[in-house]
This record gives sequence, structure tokens and C-alpha cells, in this order.
Amino acid sequence: MEVSDSVLDHLRQVIALPDLTGTRYELESEIGRGGMGVVYAARDRELDRRVALKVLEVPITGEAQLIARLEHPSIVPIFETGTLADGRSFYAMKLMSGARLDRYAADTHTLSERLRVLRSVGEALAYAHSQGVIHRDLKPQNVMVGEFGEVYVMDWGVDAVAGTAGFRAPESTMDRLSDVYALGALLKFLVSASDSPAVAAIAEKAMSTDRRQRYDSVSAFLADIDRFEQGLAVEAWSEPIWHRLRRFASRNAVLLWLVAAYTLVKFLLFFLRKF
Amino acid sequence: MNKIVVGLIFGLILGAIDGATALFYPETRPVIVGIMIGSSFKGMLVGLFSGWFARKVRSTGWGIVVGSSLGLLFAFIVAVMDASKGKPHYLEIMLPGFVVGAIVGFLTQRMGTPAVAKSGA
Repeated sequence: MEVSDSVLDHLRQVIALPDLTGTRYELESEIGRGGMGVVYAARDRELDRRVALKVLEVPITGEAQLIARLEHPSIVPIFETGTLADGRSFYAMKLMSGARLDRYAADTHTLSERLRVLRSVGEALAYAHSQGVIHRDLKPQNVMVGEFGEVYVMDWGVDAVAGTAGFRAPESTMDRLSDVYALGALLKFLVSASDSPAVAAIAEKAMSTDRRQRYDSVSAFLADIDRFEQGLAVEAWSEPIWHRLRRFASRNAVLLWLVAAYTLVKFLLFFLRKF
Repeated sequence: MNKIVVGLIFGLILGAIDGATALFYPETRPVIVGIMIGSSFKGMLVGLFSGWFARKVRSTGWGIVVGSSLGLLFAFIVAVMDASKGKPHYLEIMLPGFVVGAIVGFLTQRMGTPAVAKSGA
């Protein structure tokens, strides 16, 4: 009996589907695929709610329990981890709706909106670091922006992940500074150098090959972003004098207009007094 | 620093500078000290009320409106007092007073610490 290619493909897909026997989940559809595994939309029969089910080709280590304890508005909560009947590991997490950051960035957004998203990612990272967890694979594909602007960072700290080219720090051992590097790469991805040389300098500093030249924490990185947004000088960039003057004028535009108005009034009154 | 203190300080300084510009007019030089003291006092009053307003309302726009209105009001009072002594100088006194008031109103909004809300018992 001959079997057509399409039938073979279908059989391969069916075999690759996770065996959810013995779990509380019912498979709905595949929603994403990456190097580590596949993400499916599933239904939790016990609680009657939809969840995202990530099925991994590698075993989940003890760090998953640590990640499951992270509670932050920008960290996707993990509901459960376990092993499927076919031997593969899985974890169930909140099913997110929105756009992945790479797709979100393709649309038109203001610089301040892009920085807001980046700050949310940074705050989640800073919190995770304070809990002893590092992300290891921060990249646009692991960040979701919801329809109401909420930001979620996904795929935390799986040991087997060695980062993604372009976002992975050059060092062999991953630690908090590797996440700082990846956050800088994310900033570079979100903001072009033509938007602001100061922001480009922040990204460059975070992505220094020499680890000692990087920000020593995500908080220090975010503090420089804050300084930029407040119109202050950033640590990463020694700006030229003309740029400093422009920044001063931009920060104090109303005051300068009022002083100019006062000077104009005085000049007019002085020169017109004889008429 | 308290916003009222900020208002008083900037009102004093800007009022003094505004008064000192009378030096450009030869006819006012003999009474320059009196003009500077009066202008400084006027500036401090504008600063006092603008600072008090800034403690209640945090709005740069409203700060400028209130400051310039107060500047105009006090400058009008000064101009009336000045007119009673001889030739009136309403425009020369009120127009700069209006703009100085706007600057003081703006500065009280931008600088100084706002009032801390008292918690109920």
C-alpha cells in the first residue's frame, strides 16, 4: 500500500503532538514553536480556563520551581510543571493575548512608548535578579505586549538555553550581567540610533564586550533610562556642548519663553517711551 | 524647600531685578532704592500667594495664570499709587509685573516640595 506525502506529514504531526493523558489539560492548537519546544493552547478541564502549555524536549530542572515562585506583573505566571506520559516535560502558564515584541516593534510607536515597554521588561528582570533568577534568553520573541499595553516576559531561566545570537552576551558563564547585555540588545532592537544618540549610548554601554564596562545591574541601566526621559545627562554618554544646550533649552522651554517675553516687553517699553 | 519659601525667594530676586531696570530711565534714578524695595516687596507678595497656590494645585499652566494675574493685580495697585504722585505709568509698571508674576508662578510649580497630605485619624 502506498502512502502519500500529505498523509505522512499528517502522521508525523499527530505523533509529535503531546500525550496529555493523565493531565488536567485538553489540547486545542499549536500557538508557537521555538528551539526549546512547542507552545500549545490548551484547556484546563478542572478550572475550565484556557492556558498555554509549553512542552519541552529537555527536562525541567529545579530552577523551574524557583521561577514558578516569581510574582510580578510583567512575569507570566506558571501554574504547574510536570512530565507527560510520553516522557516530555511541560509547564502550564497563563495564556497571553497580544503581540510579540518583534511584531509590536514593526508598528509605529513613539520613543517614549518603546521605552515604557523596555522599562517594564527591565523591572521584571530586576525583580527576578533579586530573587536569584536570571533569564538567560531575553529576546523580542520572549516578550509579549498585550492589547492594553501590558508587558510580559516569558521563558525564564531554562538551563539548557544558551541565549540567542544578537542578544547573547559573549561570556561563557551566564549571570546577571548577561541579562544586562541582553536588555541592552533589546533596547538597540527597539530604538534606532537616529532616534537618540543618548539612548544608543545606553544600549552600547549595556552591550560592552568588557563586562566591567557594563552597568553593574539592571537597576543602574533603568536609572540611566530614567535620566534620559527626565531630560538629564545620561551616564553612558559624554554629550557635546551643543547637545547639552539643546537639552537645557528643551527642559526649560517655558521658562526661556517667559524670560524672552519679559526682555521683549522691557525693550519695547524702553524704545517706544518717546512715542 | 517649601514652595512658599521658593516663591518668596524668587519673588524677591525677580522683583529686585525688575525694579533695577528703572535705572535705564534717567528720570527714575533718584528714587531707584524706593522702586527696588517696592518692586521686591511686590514680587514677594506674588511669590507668597503663588507658592501657597502651588502647594494646593499642581499644574504648570494654572501656576502661570495665577502668578501672572497676581503680578498684574499688585502692579496695578503700585501703578495707581504711582499715578497719584503725578504722571501715570500704568503700561510701564503693569506689563513687566504681569510677566514677572508668570515667571514666579511657573517657578513655584516647578521647584520646591509640595504640601504633604495629612492622614486622617
